[in-house]
Amino acid sequence: MEAAVAAAFRAEWGRIVASLIRLTGDWDLAEECAQDAFARALERWGRDGVPDNRGAWLTTTARNRALDRLRRDKVGRTKHRLLATDPSADGPVGSNGAGPAGGSEGSDERLRLIFTCCHPALSLDAQVALTLRTLAGLSVGQIAHAFLVPEPTMAKRIVRAKAKIRNAGIPYRVPPDHLLAARTEAVMAVLYLLFNEGYGATAGSDLIRQGLCDEAIALARTLVQLMVGQPEPAGLLALMILHHARRSARIGPTGELVPLEDQDRARWDAAAIAEGAALLEGALAHRQPGPYQVQAAIAACHATAPVAGATDWAQIADLYARLATMLPTPVVQLNRAVAVAMADGPAAGLRLVDDLEAGGALAGYHLLPATRADLLRRAGRHGEAVRSYRAALALAGTDAERRYLARRLAVAEAGGHDGSDVRPA
Amino acid sequence: MRYLMMICATEDTVGSTSPDQATAMMAEYATFSEEMAARRVLQGGERLRPTSDATTVQVRDGKVLTADGPFAETKEQVGGYYVAECRDLDEAIDVASKIPGARFGSIEVRPIWEM
Repeated sequence: MEAAVAAAFRAEWGRIVASLIRLTGDWDLAEECAQDAFARALERWGRDGVPDNRGAWLTTTARNRALDRLRRDKVGRTKHRLLATDPSADGPVGSNGAGPAGGSEGSDERLRLIFTCCHPALSLDAQVALTLRTLAGLSVGQIAHAFLVPEPTMAKRIVRAKAKIRNAGIPYRVPPDHLLAARTEAVMAVLYLLFNEGYGATAGSDLIRQGLCDEAIALARTLVQLMVGQPEPAGLLALMILHHARRSARIGPTGELVPLEDQDRARWDAAAIAEGAALLEGALAHRQPGPYQVQAAIAACHATAPVAGATDWAQIADLYARLATMLPTPVVQLNRAVAVAMADGPAAGLRLVDDLEAGGALAGYHLLPATRADLLRRAGRHGEAVRSYRAALALAGTDAERRYLARRLAVAEAGGHDGSDVRPA
Repeated sequence: MRYLMMICATEDTVGSTSPDQATAMMAEYATFSEEMAARRVLQGGERLRPTSDATTVQVRDGKVLTADGPFAETKEQVGGYYVAECRDLDEAIDVASKIPGARFGSIEVRPIWEM
């Protein structure tokens, strides 16, 4: 029974909170009443049995609780939105092309909630925290833990964000057509940041941080469901799933990062790779490529190669060239250099790295000298490789990266030839 | 909701505009004002003299203290403002983004605390 409530929590929390915010206009009240409904479910479902339609039971319970509180509190802090405005006044959500999938009321509400949590007038930190709290239902303590800040700091951040939504008049809605593209990008940026926070968490760190990947994937699934016909959210979901499919092979027994080509591919999650590849194919069929679809295509090239040696580096290099036109960042250029080196040899890659170094935008970024070092080693220029590995070691930010680079340095000092290449995955 | 939109820029930039640029800028503000008048969002707005003409006044222990210059030395100064009545922050952001000064300096959008 507790498992039934926990499953219902994961499935229904965001939907219930979203519809209560719509009903009451009060974010705190919405969360409190949703929490009450789950507490009551724990109590009642044990005694009376688990209802067939758990979502409807929870929604009704939470809604009644909210209406009770509003009635009792009429002259208090809450404004009874239901009486004040017609909820259908700003038109159906689907009318702007963002088309909700199932057409159920709950779906629309969650889409409003996602866009409001990720409004660019909130700081990125606040967007992330609010999304995890209101949509995913993580506790403030869990979110604080995941982002390595003290709980009171996180609590304050969330309170401030809610106050700003109220005081600055941030609308609770799916943005109209002319804002939709930019605002969808903002939502995807938040979800991808969430994912990367979890992905960057290493074996030594705890499950809550690693769990951010699952939260990000679940939220991206919701976004894909709600934004039918939009290929970029599907591309983002595919990208996350393809990366996540490699999770158990990425980190070695002592917590060190295992480079892509050294990973045990038997430990990759084949079902997840198939799902990611299928999602990507569906997205690409729209012929509206975007940066997430291209990154997912790159991840798919890696994930579908049976052995490292069979990786289609020429295609990856082409994809990076395309990505560089969409996201002209030095980090993308650096990855492109690596792919070009794999496809056309280290000298071709080194030329691109030289250009990047001359540009100066990546000064202080450890992967620039680390990449140069790998390419120099492959080109047989071991003395220069050793110098670059040392430069990279001095800049690396995490223990896992330092351990990885120290191993590479030792190989280069011994004259190279351990047969492996490039960078941590 | 009502919002105060403060037009902020470094006064050096403002001071170093050529007469032609200044004329062009005035024309842009005139266009903006017309467009906003048609939308009926603006409730007021003025251009301010630079901070070199500012005076800071404080009352401490019943005494009026007067000093030359702005209260806080900041990189960007408020050079003018509008008060706009908007449906929500999205509309306020739209209005702010059309203020010509947004292309050179920045517009700080502050909700007015209605009493």
